Amino acid sequence: MTETTTHTTSARPYPFSEPYRLDIDPLFAGLRRDEPLVRVQLPFGEPAWLATRHADVRTVLGDPRFSRAAAVGRDEPRSFPHQWDVGIIGMDPPEHSRLRRLVAKAFTARRVEELRPRTRELADELVTGMIAAGSPADLVAHVATPLPIRVICDLLGVPVADQDRFHTWSEAIVSTTSLRPEVARSYIDQLLSYMAGLIAQRRVTPTDDLIGAMVRARDENADRLTENEVVHLAAGLLAAGHETTVTQIPNLVYVLLTEPDVWQRLVDEPSLVPSAVEELLRFIPLGASAVFARYALEDVELGGVLVRAGEPVLASIPSANRDETVFPDADRLDLDRETNPHLAFGHGPHHCIGAQLARMEFQVVLETLLNRTPGLRLAEPPAALTWKRGLLVRGLTALPVSW
Amino acid sequence: MGESGWRVHVDPTRCIGAGICASYAPAHFVLVDGLSRPVTERIEPADAVLDAAESCPMEAIVVSDAGDGSRVAPEP
Repeated sequence: MTETTTHTTSARPYPFSEPYRLDIDPLFAGLRRDEPLVRVQLPFGEPAWLATRHADVRTVLGDPRFSRAAAVGRDEPRSFPHQWDVGIIGMDPPEHSRLRRLVAKAFTARRVEELRPRTRELADELVTGMIAAGSPADLVAHVATPLPIRVICDLLGVPVADQDRFHTWSEAIVSTTSLRPEVARSYIDQLLSYMAGLIAQRRVTPTDDLIGAMVRARDENADRLTENEVVHLAAGLLAAGHETTVTQIPNLVYVLLTEPDVWQRLVDEPSLVPSAVEELLRFIPLGASAVFARYALEDVELGGVLVRAGEPVLASIPSANRDETVFPDADRLDLDRETNPHLAFGHGPHHCIGAQLARMEFQVVLETLLNRTPGLRLAEPPAALTWKRGLLVRGLTALPVSW
Repeated sequence: MGESGWRVHVDPTRCIGAGICASYAPAHFVLVDGLSRPVTERIEPADAVLDAAESCPMEAIVVSDAGDGSRVAPEP
């Protein structure tokens, strides 16, 4: 690959280090202070800028001068060898809005609230099952995996009975090196053809679920939506709709169990759970790398650097969430923060569409565990736990707990 | 005839600063201290403003007809 830029400083390999548990590389603190926009080279693709400060990350993700659509045809900086059509994540407004509006209504805070009672029942049922299995038990298998899968299945109208298949395929959307490229491609293709099948069924038997609503919208607006777009969007909601939540629930519980004072405080004051969830989302560096570079459409002054039109810029959300100028004592888990403008769900047009749903699931899981298993603790020392590798996200393969 | 055009309101108690509106309709919404605000309250009809109101996860944006006050977006 030819390096065509004229920058004098050489690009740092990125990620700066192998992810270790949920620690954040201390290099970020120095970069935020001294070199907020840094040249990086990911394992694949062209070199890029990486933004590390909260304000700059928000600009890269939200300012229309930074484009995702302009990444088409470029050798995008990335942690995996393949470059696939990423659908809506590769679009800018108003193209992006046309697709997002198709499903946005189903994910508003108001609609998500309607799902809370059923989610509480599910969580209670799953924790009852875990308790019945006996202490110690794996929280990943008993609670963290089945809950988000059932919630998204109910919402979309996907049969829960198919979960083993689509959960396996969904790993492909967060895989960097965990799957061989041809396996990852085959999983994506299977997920897409599975979703195309569910959509075809709804043409025969209409349904009231979200896939049914998408099919109706497609058939009423055939000039505005292609079949391929609907299939990709629905498959993306199914995969992204549970994969990240399944991974993040054990992270939340792990952090709380390694901070027993915080856990006990939540047992005593469960009304703090919503703010605790926000603080945990800020605190946990879920992303193991950076992905979806934005390309500058014009020259933009950012972080003391002139980003030239056509240059890609990545944003480190974990670093933004530890920005001391926004979050005092940023490396401390602090349930008493008055404001918490973390960027865990991103910012701008691609702000996670499932953010309110994920928040509700996190709140319900924690409330249920605090209530049913107030004495919850790690059944193994942290050093004995194993972390997933080769993914865009950090997460535990299992979380043995006792109570 | 009454007033023409639209009125845009952002409920600051609902806004979470996700920034979708300011990206969809940068001429109409601006983030101030992390929360969205209409650039001006009275506007000429614009599709991008409908996109923003329909995509807000908090339904914090309300677009109404400046003449009769009827709701334009979001759809219920």
